[in-house]
Amino acid sequence: MKNKDNKNNYSREHLAYLKKERNKKITVILSRVLILVAVLGIWEICAQCKVIDPFITSSPSRVCTTIASLYKEGTLFYHIGITLMETMAGFVIAVVLGYAIAVGLWASETMRKVIEPYIVVLNALPKIALGPLIIIWIGTGYDAIIFMTVLVSIIVCIMNMLAGFIAVDKTKLLLMKSMGASKATTLRKLIIPASLPALMNTLKVAVGLAWIGSIMGEYIVSKAGLGYLIVYGGQVFKLDLVMTATFILCALAGGMYGIISLIEKKLNK
Amino acid sequence: MLEFKDVSYTYHTKTGETTAVKDMSFKVENGQFVSVIGPSGCGKTTILSLAAGLLSPSSGEIARGDGEFGYMLQRDALFPWRTVEQNIFLPLEVKKRNTPQMRERAVALAEKYGLKDFLKKTPSQLSGGMRQRVALIRTLAAEPEILLLDEPFSALDYQTRLEVCDDVQRIIKSEKKTALLVTHDISEAIALSDKVVVLSARPAKVVAEHDITFGDNTPKSRRECGEFAATFEILRKELGI
Repeated sequence: MKNKDNKNNYSREHLAYLKKERNKKITVILSRVLILVAVLGIWEICAQCKVIDPFITSSPSRVCTTIASLYKEGTLFYHIGITLMETMAGFVIAVVLGYAIAVGLWASETMRKVIEPYIVVLNALPKIALGPLIIIWIGTGYDAIIFMTVLVSIIVCIMNMLAGFIAVDKTKLLLMKSMGASKATTLRKLIIPASLPALMNTLKVAVGLAWIGSIMGEYIVSKAGLGYLIVYGGQVFKLDLVMTATFILCALAGGMYGIISLIEKKLNK
Repeated sequence: MLEFKDVSYTYHTKTGETTAVKDMSFKVENGQFVSVIGPSGCGKTTILSLAAGLLSPSSGEIARGDGEFGYMLQRDALFPWRTVEQNIFLPLEVKKRNTPQMRERAVALAEKYGLKDFLKKTPSQLSGGMRQRVALIRTLAAEPEILLLDEPFSALDYQTRLEVCDDVQRIIKSEKKTALLVTHDISEAIALSDKVVVLSARPAKVVAEHDITFGDNTPKSRRECGEFAATFEILRKELGI
């Protein structure tokens, strides 16, 4: 707003600078779109001219046809919905629970020291190794996949948030202490607001991990969802289905990351 | 009123114990501005922590009035996500005295000392000197009886430092507060205080006490006085620099 008001007052040099900056931005965006269009175009042409076998590689047009037919069958949004629900549920549980555990560990140094080796080992463990156990313990429903999603993303939530809490400026902590602030007050007035950037970072990492968790969960055990479509498509050699599900996943994961970035931008204002 | 009577304090770490303060006695009268100077690392911050009751002495006794303490730190420690006004309200919130009257009084104090136009701004929009002034008003907002100042000017550049030094002294004097300042800066101590307590290297002991009476009680007039240089020399020798 302010810039617009002042536009007439800018020197010619500054206007030239602004124009140059704008051109740079346009070049970047244009190049991005161009790369996408080029890759999709070459892929489509190669498939049409039988340079590559579209039965193995699929093609953009075949992906579109698959999306259309899934939509007609009425299963498109069913599969998307299930995976989205599992991912969101796992993501929210992991972040909330991870945050709470991090607060507990922040409050007690002894607890922190006791728990530390377990967290390190759990973090290093490939969670997919627990697949069979999860199926036997929890069953083959959505809850098993949500559990997997939580498992994959919660450790990073705990570690990131704890690091964020501990990194809070010591001078500010001393200030709170000198005012006689309790642990709870220090948490509320200082630690939580000061670690907001760490929370935004955690959300960004956790959302990526939640997708890994839910798709991995669907690979192991599922009757529906995008991960199921990929596994099923691979088994019956319907590569169109595999490609289609992968494309939808790209769009969803990108979208969710975008939403978090938007929230972050809003908060930073 | 604040009085140290034969106070000793020993730190315990895994690698051993360190006596930071030994048999220290001095007194801060009501309304007095007392500076404690000593070589770097002699345990000055420990003295403030002891005075505030954040640490308990290993031996000896610390007599305090009933009033509360306000702590002012080396860096302003303003919360960047709060406006200046909200920063000033912080001690009220923490001490559960966040009443409209207390808030009003805090705002009045801020306005009196030239922060009127800055109340709705964020700390990042303020200069270093202005930020320290906000930190002082924040300290005063909870109406402490005694102010404990831990080298509050040391993080500022020289010019700002002189300004803020005058600023803080003027505000503390006109609010009739008692103040205990720890610093390693001799000229700052002379310019600001009614009394200077000189400490030895660790373990800190009181080497000498000086009442400073010349000048008309502003840092500027003190610095311009002839006695300033002489006093500086005496203190410098006592510190062994």
